[in-house]
Amino acid sequence: MQAIKTTDLTIRFGKFTAVDRVSIAVEQGEIYGFLGPNGSGKTTLIKALCGLLSPSEGTGTVLGMDCVKQADEIRQHVGYMSQKFSLYEDLTVKENIEFYAGVYGLRGDYLRRRKDDAIAMTHLEPYLDRRAGKLSGGWKQRLALACAFIHEPKLMFLDEPTAGIDPVARRDLWDLLFQLSGQGVTFFVTTHYMDEAERCGRVGYIYLSKLIANGTPDELKEIPEASPPGTRRIEIITSQTSNALAAIKRKSYVHGATIFGQSIHLLMDNQIGLDKVKADLAADGFTEAEMFPIKPSLEDVFVTLTNSLKE
Amino acid sequence: MKATDQQPTRSNPFSGLVPVLRKEAIHISRDPSALFFTIVLPMIQLLMIGFAINTNVRRIPTAVYDAAQTQESRRLLDRFVNSDDFNIVKYVFSEEELNREVIAGRARVGVKIPPDYSRRLLAGQSANYLVLVDGSDSSVAGEALNVSNAIALRESLERSLSVTSVRQALPIESRPKILFNPDSKSANFLIPGMIGVLMQMMTVLMTAITIVRERERGTLDQLYMTPVKPLGLMIGKAVPYAVVAYAELLILLFFMRWAFGVPIRGSIPLLMMLCAPFILTMLGIGLLVSTKAQTYQEATQMAFGTMMPSIFLSGYIFPIENMPAQFQFISKIIPTTYLIQIFRGVILRGAELQDLWQQGAILTGMSVLMITIASLRFRKKAG
Ligand SMILES: Nc1ncnc2c1ncn2[C@@H]1O[C@H](COP(=O)(O)OP(=O)(O)OP(=O)(O)O)[C@@H](O)[C@H]1O
Ligand SMILES: [Mg+2]
Repeated sequence: MQAIKTTDLTIRFGKFTAVDRVSIAVEQGEIYGFLGPNGSGKTTLIKALCGLLSPSEGTGTVLGMDCVKQADEIRQHVGYMSQKFSLYEDLTVKENIEFYAGVYGLRGDYLRRRKDDAIAMTHLEPYLDRRAGKLSGGWKQRLALACAFIHEPKLMFLDEPTAGIDPVARRDLWDLLFQLSGQGVTFFVTTHYMDEAERCGRVGYIYLSKLIANGTPDELKEIPEASPPGTRRIEIITSQTSNALAAIKRKSYVHGATIFGQSIHLLMDNQIGLDKVKADLAADGFTEAEMFPIKPSLEDVFVTLTNSLKE
Repeated sequence: MKATDQQPTRSNPFSGLVPVLRKEAIHISRDPSALFFTIVLPMIQLLMIGFAINTNVRRIPTAVYDAAQTQESRRLLDRFVNSDDFNIVKYVFSEEELNREVIAGRARVGVKIPPDYSRRLLAGQSANYLVLVDGSDSSVAGEALNVSNAIALRESLERSLSVTSVRQALPIESRPKILFNPDSKSANFLIPGMIGVLMQMMTVLMTAITIVRERERGTLDQLYMTPVKPLGLMIGKAVPYAVVAYAELLILLFFMRWAFGVPIRGSIPLLMMLCAPFILTMLGIGLLVSTKAQTYQEATQMAFGTMMPSIFLSGYIFPIENMPAQFQFISKIIPTTYLIQIFRGVILRGAELQDLWQQGAILTGMSVLMITIASLRFRKKAG
């Protein structure tokens, strides 16, 4: 049984189609990354999977349960962390956890054990009596995770869980996800961060309500549409990235160039040899530049796919 | 970590009621200033309005032009002076002056006794005197008209009966006794209604705001994703505010009793019991408002919008009997109408359950209806 399976799932708001014939399958225990620009329909799809919106067409099952007919049961068995921080700021950490435990109907020993587990897992112990509103961003997200995970769901929907928190807190949160994923929990995570996408088992990319890419990060980098015919990608390492970028962009064989840290990613005609590029750069005074062919990054893939659809 | 099967799979329509109730109570206790204002503001309103409104007309400023200047004319004027309804502020000496006093607003009533007043009286002819009434304030005008007619009538009766000047009692005298509100104090009449209207404002506003606040903060979206059911959510939210509403009711009753001296003739427990369906109805309206309103401001505006009919068509200020038929119909579907009947009944007349069960039943029906509609709309919003 797959944790999530949709077939041609379509959601319309009046005339506007927010999710257009999306078919995905997420295996149990997998971390599925769901990417796409603002307004592309990510949150809408999650709401439909939890039975909060009825699909206009198509079907979806979550943990083997039908999204429409068994919405109540689904809600009992999945965890959801919404895009905005949505806990009660005037309640303490402990009261928030207890509220969600109550909402999911946990009782007795099980309740106590789950509370202890959730607190231990997120290291919230020192903050139990602090108002949720007084926590820093990273701790808020941990609390949100603790609340969403209190009833031990098999599947968790995390809608942009790391938006607006610092890199260390992000890393910590992902470590937590991997830990839980190791215990068999399935994650459906939306994000705008490419490094997070790279860490996912599989990734879907939704653009203008349509799913336009779906697979493991490595698979996506191989798909032909990601590299237009007759082109290839190279990485140039130089100490003067921005000046070198300006110089190389002018060459007619260059289709696109972006800076990645201390290097430049180039999309260029594949008939042109690396020595030609090296010679051109040397002529402009960048003598120490080194270069080698690379596979596209996920960002390259998404940008290229998006651009080709725009045309 | 295992044993998902240990989770009780509940599917009752009130799912989530207890945790929501507990959480809402914490919210209230965490914000004592909000609680203070919800309780104190209606109190201040009650005090302000209660002291300001007094539709009883007493001591109407009156100007007099006595052109006759006779014993009879002075006796007539004495009647005006003694009536306590009129207060003679000026004696003038021409009709223009009399007019001017009224136009300038220095006097609301002008009385002119013509020069031939006594002569016609003594000759057995019908004498008349002129009463100018400033109609711009209808309650003053009405009162002035009634009292001056009564004075004329009494004077003429006494004259026609007493052949000599020997005083003799009138054969028939109407002595109306106003039951339940002996001084005809408008405070007694208005304040119970005012409490109803204030309770409505408070409960509708409070419940609307608690949901809209959750929507604004995004916590409602999160709640929808849990097994909480609309009914559980709504009732869990409603109960703590119902408790606040009752506290408010008791405080307002206390003020009514001790600041305005309005006696409570009936039983307070009965009053509180009959209030329950009203409070539930108002909570339902508040919840309905919250399904429409997206922001705090919208919620406040809509809550005030629901107040208008309750103020004007519930019989709070204007008697329902005097309204055109279509308004009378509207007043029948306003819950506050029945609450005011209950309040006036229990407070002013000492009415009992057998007198007011109909109002109670209607309100109960309304509360079931409102809560049902609200929870259906809620479900729609959620799903
Ligand atoms: N209830 C609704 N009624 C009408 N339109 C809606 C509704 N909910 C969402 N939309 C529209 O559907 C589109 C997709 O919204 P959605 O929130 O799913 O985007 P998203 O991919 O989550 O974006 P973001 O990255 O900004 O969170 C948007 O254009 C949004 O305006
Ligand atoms: Mg979103």
